[in-house]
Amino acid sequence: MLDKYGRLEKVIKVYSRQPGQLIRILQQAQEIFGYISSEVQAYLAARLNIPLAEIAGVVSFYSLFNSEPKGKYTISICLGTACYVKGSQEIFQAFKNELELDDDDTTPDGLFTLRSTRCMGACGLAPVVAVNDDIYGQVKTGDVTGVISRYREKEPADDYERQRPFAHPATAPSPH
Amino acid sequence: MPADKFTFEPVSPVGREEDATRPVARKKVRFWIDGREVVAEEGISVLEAAHRVGIEIPSLCYLKNINEIGACRVCMVEIEGSKNLQAACVYPVSAGLKVRTSTPRVLRARRTVVELLLSDHHRECTNCIRNLNCELQHLADTLGIRNIRFTGEISNYPIFNKNPFIVRDYNKCIKCRRCEAICSKVQEVHVYSAQNRGFNTVIAPSFMKDLAEVACITCGQCVIACPTASLVEKECIDEVWQALADPDKYVVVQTAPSIQVTLGEVFGLPVGTVVTGKLVASLRRLGFDRVFATDFTADLTIMEEAHELLERLEGRGGPLPLLSSCSPGWIKFCEHFYPEFIPNLSTCKSPHEMFGAITKTYFAQKEGLDPKKIVVVAVMPCTAKKFEASRPEMGSGEWKDVDFVLTTRELARMIRQAGLNFRQLPDEEYDTPLGIASGAGTIFGATGGVVEAAVRTAYALTHGREMGVIDFEEFRGISGVKEAWVELKNRKIKVAIAHGTGNARKILDRMKAGEQFDYVEIMACPGGCVGGGGQPIFGSRDHKEISLDYRHNRADALYRIDYSRRIRLSHENPAVQKIYAEFLGAPLSETANKLLHTHYTPRGPLPGYAVNPVQ
Amino acid sequence: MITSASDLLHIRQQHLPLIEARLGREEAAGEHQILVCAGTGCSSSGSHGLREELKKQVEAHQLQEKVKIIKTGCFGFCKLGPIAVVYPEGIFYCRVRKEDAADLVKGLASGQVITRLLYRDPATGQHARRMKEIHFFQAQHRIALRNCGLINPEDINEYIARDGYQALAEALSRQPEEIIAAISASGLRGRGGAGFPTGRKWELTAAAPARPRYVVCNADEGDPGAFMDRSILEGDPHSVLEGMAIAGYATGARQGYVYVRAEYPIAVDRLERAIRQARRAGLLGDNILGTGFSFNIEIRLGAGAFVCGEETALLRSIEGRRGEPRPRPPYPAQAGLWGKPTVVNNVETLANVPVIIRKGAEWHASFGTKGSKGTKVFSLAGSINNTGLIEVPMGTTLREIIFGIGGGIPGGKKFKAVQTGGPSGGCLPEEMLDTPVDYEALTAAGSIMGSGGLIIMDESDCMVDIARFYLEFSQDESCGRCTPCRVGTKRLLEILKRITSGEGTMDDLKLLEDLSHDVKEASLCGLGQTAPNPILSTLRYFRHEYEAHVRDKYCPAGVCRNLTRRPVLH
Repeated sequence: MLDKYGRLEKVIKVYSRQPGQLIRILQQAQEIFGYISSEVQAYLAARLNIPLAEIAGVVSFYSLFNSEPKGKYTISICLGTACYVKGSQEIFQAFKNELELDDDDTTPDGLFTLRSTRCMGACGLAPVVAVNDDIYGQVKTGDVTGVISRYREKEPADDYERQRPFAHPATAPSPH
Repeated sequence: MPADKFTFEPVSPVGREEDATRPVARKKVRFWIDGREVVAEEGISVLEAAHRVGIEIPSLCYLKNINEIGACRVCMVEIEGSKNLQAACVYPVSAGLKVRTSTPRVLRARRTVVELLLSDHHRECTNCIRNLNCELQHLADTLGIRNIRFTGEISNYPIFNKNPFIVRDYNKCIKCRRCEAICSKVQEVHVYSAQNRGFNTVIAPSFMKDLAEVACITCGQCVIACPTASLVEKECIDEVWQALADPDKYVVVQTAPSIQVTLGEVFGLPVGTVVTGKLVASLRRLGFDRVFATDFTADLTIMEEAHELLERLEGRGGPLPLLSSCSPGWIKFCEHFYPEFIPNLSTCKSPHEMFGAITKTYFAQKEGLDPKKIVVVAVMPCTAKKFEASRPEMGSGEWKDVDFVLTTRELARMIRQAGLNFRQLPDEEYDTPLGIASGAGTIFGATGGVVEAAVRTAYALTHGREMGVIDFEEFRGISGVKEAWVELKNRKIKVAIAHGTGNARKILDRMKAGEQFDYVEIMACPGGCVGGGGQPIFGSRDHKEISLDYRHNRADALYRIDYSRRIRLSHENPAVQKIYAEFLGAPLSETANKLLHTHYTPRGPLPGYAVNPVQ
Repeated sequence: MITSASDLLHIRQQHLPLIEARLGREEAAGEHQILVCAGTGCSSSGSHGLREELKKQVEAHQLQEKVKIIKTGCFGFCKLGPIAVVYPEGIFYCRVRKEDAADLVKGLASGQVITRLLYRDPATGQHARRMKEIHFFQAQHRIALRNCGLINPEDINEYIARDGYQALAEALSRQPEEIIAAISASGLRGRGGAGFPTGRKWELTAAAPARPRYVVCNADEGDPGAFMDRSILEGDPHSVLEGMAIAGYATGARQGYVYVRAEYPIAVDRLERAIRQARRAGLLGDNILGTGFSFNIEIRLGAGAFVCGEETALLRSIEGRRGEPRPRPPYPAQAGLWGKPTVVNNVETLANVPVIIRKGAEWHASFGTKGSKGTKVFSLAGSINNTGLIEVPMGTTLREIIFGIGGGIPGGKKFKAVQTGGPSGGCLPEEMLDTPVDYEALTAAGSIMGSGGLIIMDESDCMVDIARFYLEFSQDESCGRCTPCRVGTKRLLEILKRITSGEGTMDDLKLLEDLSHDVKEASLCGLGQTAPNPILSTLRYFRHEYEAHVRDKYCPAGVCRNLTRRPVLH
């Protein structure tokens, strides 16, 4: 965790002198921590001298920011128009049923987060599903189980269990 | 004292820098509103221009110079040549502009907007604290809303009412952001910001925490700014009624200096009306056993604080500048944002806490009362004093100095509940001895009053004689920061006054940068206590109670009381002299220290987080 | 380092043969180039693996000297990805898999064309070998997309070989006012959707007294179903940078920002490379081409808020705040970024600028209609055979786009509507298909030009459900600042949900129409002002579908789950 704050400090050094780089810093913080906890937001408030309410307001405004930990794999179902008219809603539903999740929820084992997303601009392949950086085009409801098991099989269950993000509530060191 | 002993530095302008995006008003231009020719400075808002010619365009999110964001869309008007309707509060006038303020198109859009607001509002007007005093309600009435066509989801959040000062009900919030604007732009405390987005937007502290869990200074300016009952004081009227009805309790009430110049407004009297006598009469009729004035302990505060100042000037008892401590909102502000200046704070409790401590000791002894049976009720212009009364250090351990703090508004409600015809009440006098006050104690209610009162006494104490002049116009008025040199003890001391914590930051940052001051008065609320977060709210479109000019009219009344007093110096208050002789000994004595002084807690700007850097 | 216009010409001459070979203008002396699309569409269908495999095969056959594998931006024919084109023959291969790489490389030496990878016209069954034999490409006129699919977007020299930065060099030799005059005369209007005259915008910014001034490129392409800006950024990032530099010179700005969606990682990467290369080459930075003009560009990433496509919200977001719009006036040209005069132009608009400067305002004005000059890029998606990206002269009819270039509706289904302009636009029916692509004509028809997304819908799409879909989107993306949008879109959505679930009444229809009108009138920014458009246009052209839902509790398209039972006719 300290190492993560160390990395965040580097980000702050690079960007805090440029005006208006809060969003960039938050993006990097999310890269480092996986999500932007209230502790990380408070840390940034202290280091950047920006009111915490304002930082929390920015984090909660933009949909790419998460203030809760996410699963190891984020399954994003595009609900852009092109995908919608090609039935992405049904695919979303199939994922919901299969994983027993609602939009923006994470499985109890911390493996999958399910979320609907805005248009990814890959309309030519509609309907599109992304699992982290892997993109699946022209997905059918029949493919859903296969996609999930492909990632589940990669996981030696106990191994992931040990390092899932929930296990370590973020504790921030005092900034210098 | 000869006038040349005073030199005044240029004062900082009051008010806030305009949003950089607003053009600056300059030359006069000619334009038309509803077919009438109007001449006004280019760049002022259509709403303001219309107001000047007697057309009140309804508005909701607009607070002049504080919140001009065009968000609620109630003030929409037609601008010739513009495709969409425009918000009058932000649309700048220019030469040749043609504005229509009440066409059917405009009225229809305004109605729909208010209907939409009402469709997502807990409409419980009859049992709402702001019933008949609510801008949204007035607007619905003005626009003739007879039917709300929209049904659907209504925001449903828990009510945050656990802290002792301010209740937040998100279900009545209309997202006007006036609380955010006043907290951020005027007070510079930044408790609120919009959180989430779309229909789920809330104007809230970070992570929707309770105000007690964030760096809120409890000043209540957000309560005054709120057009509905989304932000209100935590009431304790019922507890006070209970105490009054309890035969075992001896209920003593004290009223802050500013109450006597603001309470009348609630009962339709013009701003600046002094209602001291009726205030006392109403409290007696409500059943209080004794009716006293906090002005008395304001005099006591001056005795203590002036001596503290003189000690510090001699290099004893703490660093300079001495910072005043009678505004609990300012105290909390200091603890959160400038903890490095805690040693500079006067250790004096605020006057109402001193009052509680004296009542439960000196007064109890004198009257032969059991202090545990005494209930001290404070009528204050202030929500921060509700918080202050709950601080663990404000009491003996066995009892709280002050049991209940009622705002001006709550007292007005009690008077109504008791059916008293306030304006027809006779004028009565405060009880003695804790009701005797000098004019100096009374002007505590206005910005600059503490400094003026202290300088009067300190000067007299150091020079061993009375000053020729005791009115210091230079300490008065609505400038955000006032500064002056005063000659004391063969040395000139630099005095500064700030009101509103945004202005306080200016002085404190200069102190941080190394500038020397000797004595600084800071009041959390703009205008001082006359502008306190517990003062009357009218719920009217002009929200005059927020303007500094209006607050200054209240302050003027305090100065009139001061002029009319026979005794205008704290140390000449016979009751004060007596309490020192009979009980306290001398200022800063051991007893005085135990009862009248306190200590403070560094809190940092991010309470609850490990990252809190105490600078 | 390029320090003068003649340096620039020198580099152009050096790299020209490579491009000329692709254009079939130069003998290639036995060399081959295989261009593999690396746009988002083709990347998603595996073009990266294909490229790696091609390289391996080339090495295996020891053809490194003879064959170059080059990644390009989007060809536009995304549905057929991954796409590879072999030059100098210009053979157009589609749906090329990794496994096909060996055959492809083998075929180079023998000159054998791999028929199974050729495009087959669905109507005639004929194979086409070259792009120009495919109607999809034939009917287009590519200005903004001139380099997409032709050059390697990660190589500034290829851009320079295509006359890149020549326009900047030329602009710098003229007065800023002349540049603004040329852009005004060209008739170029904002391609982001609203169609404000670009020259006028520049003129207003140049006339504002305050300094510094800024140029902002709006690359926050947010309309679902629109991906033209992404393709330009991925395929030809330098054209945007050059356009920005010209705008900077014309308006007296020294600093530019590209605000781009973080959801476009490839575009962001290409932009970053392009800025680095341009800086290193001296085409951005101080004293560009020795003229004393300095201009820098920084990237700012969006973080997932559609409303940031609105210019005042975008500017706030660049400042690191919540992307909430503010009322105008003042316009960004007067008081924009940090309160300073700011030009905000969209990607496609800026990509047009260098060509206009080079070829002249009259040339540009010769394309299009009276009020809408030049070309427009559209993305075709939904129920259409040729999903992808196209560029056509303004004035082309929707019918030509959908049934000509787009190849019509697949599966023998019947066309029902074309949605233009995304959540701000409307749905136009069959009888409006002869509407030309033109700002005013589309607005008159009840839709808008928008940024260029065209979603084609067929008989299996329910128009009430489509309206609900868009309102769901707008409601979700409303910033929450103004009442009509925050609460109004919510109420509109709730009414639509009632109707699509069979609980709607005829009063609801009236309420829907009235409230749509009021939300349009009263909202603070473009998002709210246009959010009801999908409702109003479907009510205008497909009212019978609404009535069927309300009166007969029947969804004619069979989409709305509770309303599939056909009413009994008495």
